[in-house]
Amino acid sequence: MIFKINSTFDFYKYSRLFNIISILLVTLSFFLLLFKGLNYGVDFKGGTLIELRVMDENINISNIRRSFLRMNLGDVNVKKFGNETDYLIKFETTETENVNFIQEIQNKLTKDIGNSYNFRRVENVGPKVSGELLKSGIIAILLSLSAMLIYIWLRFEWQFSLGAIIALIHDVLITLGFFSILNLEINLSIVAAVLTIVGYSMNDTVVIYDRVRENLKKYSSKKIDELTNISIHETLSRTIITSVTTLLALLSIFIFGGEILKGFSFAMILGVIFGTYSSIYIANPILRFLKVSPKTIIKEEK
Amino acid sequence: MLYFTKLNVVITYCFIILISFFTFSNFLSNENNIVNKKINLGLDLQGGSYLLLEMDIDPIVLQKLQNKLIPLKKNLINNKIKFKNIKISEKKINLEIESSSIDKFIELYENKENGINTYLDQYKSFEFDYTIDEQKVSIFYSKFGIIRLKNSSIDHALEIVRRRIDELGTNEPNILKRGNDRILVELPGLDDPTRIKTLLGKTANLTFRFVSQQEEESFGSEKLFFEEDSEEALVSKRIILSGDNLIDAQPRMDNETNETVVSFTLDRLGAKRFGKATTDGVGRRLAIVLDNKVISAPVIREPIVGGGGQISGGFTFQSATDLALLLRSGALPAPLNIIEERTVGPDLGQDSINAGLISLIIGFSLVILFMILKYRFFGLIANVALIVNLFLLIGILTIFEATLTLPGIAGIILTVGMAVDANVLIYERIKEELKIEKNKIIAFDDGYKNSKSAILDANITTLISTIILFFLGSGPVKGFSVTLGVGILTTLFTVYFLARQLTSFYIYKNKDNNIKI
Repeated sequence: MIFKINSTFDFYKYSRLFNIISILLVTLSFFLLLFKGLNYGVDFKGGTLIELRVMDENINISNIRRSFLRMNLGDVNVKKFGNETDYLIKFETTETENVNFIQEIQNKLTKDIGNSYNFRRVENVGPKVSGELLKSGIIAILLSLSAMLIYIWLRFEWQFSLGAIIALIHDVLITLGFFSILNLEINLSIVAAVLTIVGYSMNDTVVIYDRVRENLKKYSSKKIDELTNISIHETLSRTIITSVTTLLALLSIFIFGGEILKGFSFAMILGVIFGTYSSIYIANPILRFLKVSPKTIIKEEK
Repeated sequence: MLYFTKLNVVITYCFIILISFFTFSNFLSNENNIVNKKINLGLDLQGGSYLLLEMDIDPIVLQKLQNKLIPLKKNLINNKIKFKNIKISEKKINLEIESSSIDKFIELYENKENGINTYLDQYKSFEFDYTIDEQKVSIFYSKFGIIRLKNSSIDHALEIVRRRIDELGTNEPNILKRGNDRILVELPGLDDPTRIKTLLGKTANLTFRFVSQQEEESFGSEKLFFEEDSEEALVSKRIILSGDNLIDAQPRMDNETNETVVSFTLDRLGAKRFGKATTDGVGRRLAIVLDNKVISAPVIREPIVGGGGQISGGFTFQSATDLALLLRSGALPAPLNIIEERTVGPDLGQDSINAGLISLIIGFSLVILFMILKYRFFGLIANVALIVNLFLLIGILTIFEATLTLPGIAGIILTVGMAVDANVLIYERIKEELKIEKNKIIAFDDGYKNSKSAILDANITTLISTIILFFLGSGPVKGFSVTLGVGILTTLFTVYFLARQLTSFYIYKNKDNNIKI
């Protein structure tokens, strides 16, 4: 066996410590989101994004930046994008009236740095569309959280549902907190990642909850503290194996999947780590806190 | 029980073979392919342009109100309602009605058969709403009136957009209506959409009007700029001919002047009107106006009665070709604005495909290796299920001719990582059951039985979030939800049919040996 898991380990020994860490991280994330906010990409903020590849070694980032600054496009952000020869340029101006907008930028750039470059990608999102995308992204996340809440409520009991949802919010907040503090860009694929995290974290929590429910029936005399501890132990090897295989797949995307999927896979990696952690240290302690007992389940079985 | 009917086994394999057939059809060339279905590559993988256009309804509203003014006046007079100061401002018709007539006005407008304000049965609303502030009355489009107007205009606009793009001969364009005022245009393989954007950005409202000689003219006149410079011309509002009367337009070289021109052919009505106007107006200047800009205003030297003519205006061959194309495909009912554009060059698309494939192969290999190290023989079974799973996933995406995007590839890789979860749950459960149950067959059976609810719940929750993503996500992200969602279903199938059959087969063969999991 690869993993020799010490089956006498008491998960609640360090429970208090982890609770404090979680509360700290969630509070920190919350304040980061409130005061620092997120670095929205053009999808949600509107604006123009150009991915540019240069073929001439003499062209460097400051040439490009100077040329773009001269075009009066407002706040221009130029940075390297993966490769040595690739750059990502972002600015808030969009073409709403002028259909030759990109053409004109190309002409001015050619005048400044020559023509040994090409535009690999151009994204241009008007303010109306970006507002709608942001709205539908938020709705999607809220909707999936509520759908989970209802599903778990139907399948288990409200205590379980509450525990699972708090764990989910914990994961989503901390993931977004990381994006805020590292100033990583939030775009459409990050919303997809957050939704997948919701699904994954739920998946993990449900497996342990399913065992808790089973053990509640099996050992009607045992206390919930001991029951959750047993259940976590019994499912632990599965929890670890699935996290490992999922992380292997995600690391492969993160390392080899190209620049465009970097943010997405990074968010997912964070989500899987915190999702696994939260199903053990958030979702289950809440069952203890809510004093779940065999009676909770028996009501359901009537 | 760990027992399968032969039928069950046969159906499982038939299903797998059938779907795999579609999987392989992706790798065959079109000629020797029977099913002829392939996964579509999204614009982010094959390169191309995505444009979202929004129709600006205001000019139509204004024009419709303008047209309504005369019938409205007539209607009020016929009903003996006294009014004054009727004019249009801020998308409303404003007028003052004498206090004695106000009640009559309300009575008339609340009546569904008033002959002027159509009652829309399907929306249970009038076309126009009105407000009354003492004597001041404002009449404007109701919410549903606007919806109806948008619906009819967008269909017309869609048709024109389609014609213009077809004229350019772009490779398999995808043109769709979005809501009641938007048009989505997808142009695979196009890495520079400037020309298409220029063509779609023009309303192409062509009119022929006389240049006014004096300020006063019965129809009124307006000052319009020339296309090329800031010169102005005073042009009559009376329209002699509009683009609607054109049946053909082509770019041409004028042999005499050596200039590129656009020659046009008129329909019968147009030819008659044009002939009459040019006969009457010899010596006058005729302005050719496109989207409220004067292209040129030549002097009429002789009557043009042949039903055709030509427009000159310092065109290059390209601009003449574009103008001819616009005139042939007709005017848009309202201007279209580009509110979202995403263009991916073909080399970036290819790079993304390569990166996606490499990470798929590496992720897949790592997971397979891990499972063999962890579960030995049973890991092998799980891996067979995983490989078949991948085949089924691609096969089903092919059947639905789904669009594969870069996030979609990420969805496949993620499916690979998460697909083994179900088998892991089962194997871990079996391990536990083996500790308490000596009979191996019963232990395996219990392992499957007792892990079922956890597996179902876990997969349904993931499925819920992919369904939400499918309905609320857009573009490439939608592709992600499709692959992840289909992946969950194929995973459940391979785990509960294929892997389970293989496992039971092995257990029956070795029920008395020492089985290590």
